Amino acid sequence: MAKVVVVTSGKGGVGKTTSTAALGAALAQNGERVVVVDFDVGLRNLDLIMGAERRVVFDMINVIQGDAKLTQALIRDKRLENLMLLPASQTRDKDALTSEGVAKVIAELREKFDWVLCDSPAGIERGASLAMHHADIAIVVTNPEVSSVRDSDRIIGMLDSKTERAERGERIEKHLLLTRYDPVRAERGDMLKVEDVLDILSIPLLGIIPESQEVLRASNVGSPVTLNAPISAPARAYLDAVRRLRGETVDMTVPSDKVGLVARLFGRRAA
Amino acid sequence: MSPRMQVRVRGRSFMAFVIAPEPPLQIWLSHLDAQMLRSPGFFETRPVVIDLAAVGPDDHGTATLLTELEQRGMSVIDVENARDLPGADPWRRRLVGGRETGPVEPTIEQAQVTPVSAPPPLPEDCSLLLDEPVRSGQSVLFLKGDVTVVGAVSSGAEILAGGSIHIYGALRGRAIAGALGNPHARIFCQRFEAELVSIDGYYRTADDIDPSLHGRAVEIRLVDEAISISVFG
Ligand SMILES: Nc1ncnc2c1ncn2[C@@H]1O[C@H](COP(=O)(O)OP(=O)(O)O)[C@@H](O)[C@H]1O
Ligand SMILES: [Mg+2]
Repeated sequence: MAKVVVVTSGKGGVGKTTSTAALGAALAQNGERVVVVDFDVGLRNLDLIMGAERRVVFDMINVIQGDAKLTQALIRDKRLENLMLLPASQTRDKDALTSEGVAKVIAELREKFDWVLCDSPAGIERGASLAMHHADIAIVVTNPEVSSVRDSDRIIGMLDSKTERAERGERIEKHLLLTRYDPVRAERGDMLKVEDVLDILSIPLLGIIPESQEVLRASNVGSPVTLNAPISAPARAYLDAVRRLRGETVDMTVPSDKVGLVARLFGRRAA
Repeated sequence: MSPRMQVRVRGRSFMAFVIAPEPPLQIWLSHLDAQMLRSPGFFETRPVVIDLAAVGPDDHGTATLLTELEQRGMSVIDVENARDLPGADPWRRRLVGGRETGPVEPTIEQAQVTPVSAPPPLPEDCSLLLDEPVRSGQSVLFLKGDVTVVGAVSSGAEILAGGSIHIYGALRGRAIAGALGNPHARIFCQRFEAELVSIDGYYRTADDIDPSLHGRAVEIRLVDEAISISVFG
């Protein structure tokens, strides 16, 4: 059974696109058939982060409008043959992304893949609603600061009321991915503590991704950080998160680029 | 000559809705009707300000728009951005001092918030039990009685109850009890970090609340027309 995952946050710039690419690649590294889907019409980024921008011919709107078949729009990753990208349109009007069209595309992707990862645009408007609508699982990307936490709280409310599952009276599985976490600033008290974020959002923790230069370096060369620098701290954090997503129990740590220093935070299990 | 009499004035705050109609007005009104069907009573008990910024003098239905709204049971207390639009004059006031409180979602109410697994409501629906946290941006409106939340009420969320409010968790947003006028309503919460609490129209914001109460379990009631907050248990 395919799983549809939305990577969402409310706030922009918190690491949704980075995380979609890193998690998608990590799942594919584990042998899963994965497609990452860009829902950010007009501000598409996922193709750049995946290093596929020069191979985009058709996009999701072309598929929805019948100008291209889904198989023509999917772009296979150069490094992993079981990883694909469905790009967003950079030029079309957002309204061309109709909810019937999205439903059809997602249904077709469910047939072809084990995991469908949807990179949501920022905001709480139509684009974000469409990206989350068909999800079975939501990964809520949050930075340890108050505005990001409040926006995530708002998004969780939408996940629980506006998604297809919520409308059917079912639950949507929700996970918190805390990104751009800086252990030094956390120590100084310049950032919200992990416990405080968990207390406010009260959803299980999937992982803590440290702030790292490796993320920038990877996006500059168009490669998800889990592929570009698999032993770097953020890559290890994303790989651990993927193991939890697949149901394994992994101790919650914040990997560090400094040798030997692994901050063990809690024995808290990611449910 | 009659003796000099002092005219007494009391303060009371209500939260008003700001509604911004958009042309084509006929279609907008039909959406409004659908919304009102889904959340009956939502607009009836609240003062409403109509923001006419998006409406032009030549849009079809401009002149009758405000009458149409009034006929739907809305209590229009003022118009904004009315310029010299036809039909707006009778509603012009010059209210000042409103504070923006963000979007309100009228659909989030009773049935929608209550999960399917929730126990059946009490006879005559005189209380509402929510088994989920109330998240930022959500507004729970229940005027028939008490609201109980098993979970937190987030910053930027609000509960409006005709009766009392019971929160088994942190109250970080707003709790408005006795919303239709009931000085005996109370608010209880396990962890008090509220942005605003109100009973019977009297209110206190976070700035006017003794910091030593922060994080405590409290009971809030009205004593001599003033909000009184005490540590509970
Ligand atoms: N763990 C991290 N460490 C350092 N920079 C990061 C990290 N995660 C994301 N970034 C940077 O933050 C910016 C926004 O990330 P992006 O994934 O585009 O966010 P969103 O999709 O939520 O808008 C990018 O410049 C990205 O490189
Ligand atoms: Mg993005």
